[in-house]
Amino acid sequence: MDLTETADERAFRAEARAWLEANKPELPMPPGDTAEGFGAHREWERRLFDGGWAAVSWPREYGGRDASLWEWLIFEEEYYAAGLPQRVAQNGIFLLAPTVFEFGTPEQKDRILPRMAAVEDLWCQGWSEPDAGSDLAGIKSRAVRDGAAGGWRLTGQKTWTTRGAFCTHLFGLFRTDPEAERHRGMTYFLVDLRAPGVTVRPVDKLDGDAGFAEVFLEDVFVPDADVLGGVDQGWSVAMATTGSERGLTLRSPGRFAAVVQRLIDLYRRRDSAGLVSDAALRAEVARCWMEAEAYRLATEMTVTRLARGERMGPESSLNKIFWSEMDIHLHETALGLLAPDADLEGAWLRGYQFSLAGPIYAGTNEIQRNVIAERLLGLPRR
Amino acid sequence: MDFAFTDDQLAFRDAVRDLLGDACGPAAVRASWEGGPGYDPKLWAGLAEMGVLGILAPEGSGGLGLTELDLVLLLEETGRAALPGPVVEHVAVAVPLLAAAGGHDLVARAAAGEIVLTFADRADRVGWAAEADVLLVADGPGVRLVLPTDLTVVHALECVDRSRRDAAVGWAGGELVDGADLALALDRAALGAAAQLCGLAAHLIDVTVEYAKARRQFGVPIGSYQAVKHHLADAVLRLEHARPPVYRAAWSVARGLPSRGRDVSMAKALAGDAAALAARVALQCHGAIGYTWEYDLHLWMKRVWVLDRAWGDAAHHTALVADAVLGPRA
Repeated sequence: MDLTETADERAFRAEARAWLEANKPELPMPPGDTAEGFGAHREWERRLFDGGWAAVSWPREYGGRDASLWEWLIFEEEYYAAGLPQRVAQNGIFLLAPTVFEFGTPEQKDRILPRMAAVEDLWCQGWSEPDAGSDLAGIKSRAVRDGAAGGWRLTGQKTWTTRGAFCTHLFGLFRTDPEAERHRGMTYFLVDLRAPGVTVRPVDKLDGDAGFAEVFLEDVFVPDADVLGGVDQGWSVAMATTGSERGLTLRSPGRFAAVVQRLIDLYRRRDSAGLVSDAALRAEVARCWMEAEAYRLATEMTVTRLARGERMGPESSLNKIFWSEMDIHLHETALGLLAPDADLEGAWLRGYQFSLAGPIYAGTNEIQRNVIAERLLGLPRR
Repeated sequence: MDFAFTDDQLAFRDAVRDLLGDACGPAAVRASWEGGPGYDPKLWAGLAEMGVLGILAPEGSGGLGLTELDLVLLLEETGRAALPGPVVEHVAVAVPLLAAAGGHDLVARAAAGEIVLTFADRADRVGWAAEADVLLVADGPGVRLVLPTDLTVVHALECVDRSRRDAAVGWAGGELVDGADLALALDRAALGAAAQLCGLAAHLIDVTVEYAKARRQFGVPIGSYQAVKHHLADAVLRLEHARPPVYRAAWSVARGLPSRGRDVSMAKALAGDAAALAARVALQCHGAIGYTWEYDLHLWMKRVWVLDRAWGDAAHHTALVADAVLGPRA
């Protein structure tokens, strides 16, 4: 065990910090889940790519900088500490890309990854359907073989597609063998949302942003080259992506460390102005700090294992529950500090509304608790 | 960065787990509840032989000359087994405290298991006061070394965990330990309790999972019901986010980092909360059988209750973290 950063890690941190300081856009930026904000975010993320910081842990040939997982954690800390926002390209970079690296052909990697990192293509997820949420294996959208054209014809409806209204591409599961039982007979497709037959209808979210979309597909042609990981293999291919989402990559500790720092600043401002009337809030702020620290330390233990070549298993469900419930706790504590005016529009109220989605997306926390009980503890499924 | 234990550290943990698994089952814990010595002399000798008792003692005093980083997993195992006796007090606190003060003879005998040491942060509640050969008790800003012959009062207290032997003591004489670092001693004690709490929680979760697999109601194992699954998932969630902070605190103590106190307080608060939740969940998922005296569950649960409060409870340590992170109140 050695919990000090190496000289190389310190140098990487300094380099990242200096670049972000010199290049970051004017803050705060408008929300990325609005039409106006999306363009500004895309421009910023393009600058990240040009500087070589869009996907630090990727190989250089795809637009990364061959950074270690430790360096990736450091970059994330610096990124969020600089006050920078969640990335609009994140669902591609953090969810689809790991699957492409694992299952993609060389041609697919070359074609998809650099354009993804450069925010030329923006990817959204196509998992949920009106009748398939937590029960993802219940999807009905289907793909029918079009051998003459060398591809597939996709028909169906996807929903709760984050930033679907602004993205150019969708990745998701479609049923290719209607006879197969639930978890079989699905294929992982990459779909160009500009193809004929695609209709995207924006859906406003609880916080008022147009961040959701419904995606309707009517006989949409997708070439064989855009099947990821083999026909009828979609379930196991997709599980790799959901593991990334709830595990390490989507919600790095740096993100919450930055929120806690803002919370501490808020506490100090309110306390020195004599506005913290509830003494229990002080302990609550300390608990928030401890949670974010515990999440960082738990992640560092995981990264140590991954760096030694081990894989992440069902314990990724522990991470997902922890960060999503912590995120709500951090924001609730901030609103407690802001009382009685916590209900006026502001960054904490916006953040609170977004945090409430955490226990729902990326697999509800109820499903994650089942996964922990069944796959980590070995309790019976039924 | 590298956040993992070495193969040697893990092998030492496994060896201690094997020793305690063989010799410190529920029957041994229960025996300590029913009178007799508050620790098992045979087990104590076994731990001495493996080097556990003197793990923090210098090699020149018959110890292993290792650090809290080597000790923390062993203490977790003593928690898992609910090992009776002043193991944290002796191994994690008293031995290094006396070693730092140059008490070579006492340290050597303690490392060899010839004498039992105890430590307390207050005179009105000293664990194993009547059984220890040497008592180290916080006295003002220092630590007083009290021998059994110095004791004028030993008023036994009945603790909910009856494996404990607590007493309020008074003394005439004794001597202040030269240069004793009381703050460090208290941090070591809190770290030791935090490690034991992790082991206790792990055991409580393990036995409850086994029970939930075996116990059938409505024709199926109760562990197939989501209400039971989610209780257990919550307990694991809390434990797995308490362990890394406990290991980090061991690192901070071993390295003598400026953040030592803060890191120990965080570890103690989180481990106490995690173990308290595991105990509640374990009892709830066992149902009525867990509520009986004859079933072993409460032996572990009551140890949690005691250690959760020992060396400062979660509220106390959270307040210390608040001071470290937020600065003083405005």
